[in-house]
Amino acid sequence: MNIAKVLDAKGLACPMPIVKTKKAINELEAGEVLEIHATDKGAKNDLAAWAKSGGHELLKDSEEDGVLKFWIKKG
Amino acid sequence: MGIREMTSKEVTQKVINQEELFILDVRNEDDFRDWKIEGENFDYLNIPYFDLLDGVEGIVNQIPLDKEILVVCAKEGSSVMVAEMLSEVGLTVAYLKGGMKAWSEYLEPIKVGEIKDGGEIYQFVRIGKGCLSYMVVSNGEAALIDATRMTDVYTEFAEQIGTTIKHVFDTHLHADHISGGREIAEKTNATYWLPPKDATEVTFEYQPLEGGTDVTIGNTTINIHGIYSPGHTIGSTSFVVDEKFLLSGDILFIDSIGRPDLAGMAGDWVADLRESLYTRYRQLSEELVVLPAHFMLIEELNEDGSVSAKLGTLFAENHGLNVEDENEFKKLVTENLPPQPNAYQEIRETNMGKISPDVDKQREMEIGPNRCAVR
Repeated sequence: MNIAKVLDAKGLACPMPIVKTKKAINELEAGEVLEIHATDKGAKNDLAAWAKSGGHELLKDSEEDGVLKFWIKKG
Repeated sequence: MGIREMTSKEVTQKVINQEELFILDVRNEDDFRDWKIEGENFDYLNIPYFDLLDGVEGIVNQIPLDKEILVVCAKEGSSVMVAEMLSEVGLTVAYLKGGMKAWSEYLEPIKVGEIKDGGEIYQFVRIGKGCLSYMVVSNGEAALIDATRMTDVYTEFAEQIGTTIKHVFDTHLHADHISGGREIAEKTNATYWLPPKDATEVTFEYQPLEGGTDVTIGNTTINIHGIYSPGHTIGSTSFVVDEKFLLSGDILFIDSIGRPDLAGMAGDWVADLRESLYTRYRQLSEELVVLPAHFMLIEELNEDGSVSAKLGTLFAENHGLNVEDENEFKKLVTENLPPQPNAYQEIRETNMGKISPDVDKQREMEIGPNRCAVR
């Protein structure tokens, strides 16, 4: 996977992970992938729903040592 | 203009008084569909906060100007953001302090009756999740039944009314919420009672609660009498308190009955459930006031916000007590059941002492309604 940008949203509470993700995605070109790191558990469902409603694609997500990672492809 | 904070206690008063409230719930659609703040005269609009990041202008015309407005999210942060945005376009709104997390944990204590010689019985209504727990008080001593994990609420309440917690009971091994019983018993040096048939896998010491067990609190002999009533779990035990109140646990609710499947034994326990409801309970006085461990629907609340009804009334009106045919009864309690409570297996293991999740994890496990009943 070619990752265009990595966003560190660790330690941030809702709504900030999504606010920052949205900003970061705006700076990418369609088809580019953003990798997001977050610790807010709510981010998982919200990022998936946000990506869907914004026409982006959540390619993958993982959890390791309390850090949630997401890969979103800009639509 | 401007925003203010509204507490779960204030929202609870609005539920009980059947006031109007317009709730703008900014959680994602799945979470809203699964579980929300219920009120008879509440109206709702669900728009996820992440669809409002560019502004609220698009939804302003969907918000009434003649009603109080409450913005709700999971933990508070997003509701503050949206409330501020609404304030900037000229609306006066409140946000829910602590979000649905606080709503799930809020307990409203309501006195539900008097027992002899000045004794009292209190119901703690966990309004957001539909769980009910009890404190029986007599002459400076108290017994707790089906306490939640918000243990400070009970110990502080006991201190306020000048009573000492002596006995802590769980009517059964809960699958929908984490019991605070063991922790309270440890903190207060009280005796912790559990039905032994539900406790075969527990990792801690407890006092076995069996049918026929009698416990006395206060020096005026308030009698708490256990009645073995299996069906929701194999150990489920009800209590008759002061020959006046029937604490029915998760066997009998106001408008529904307990489901037998949460320990994976639905088929085996149907006959037990039927025997408990249709034979054992039938032998009790119809004058007993039933105090269950849950409510499902906000319509089950009495005018003062408490949840109770006479056993005779339930024999007449509760659908689950009026299914003559045994096969039909079996179908009712084993087929087309609602989804199981969130994380119910992990909750059962926590209540057995097998796992010890931290508070954040416990909150997450308990998210959502209780779902212990079938209608």
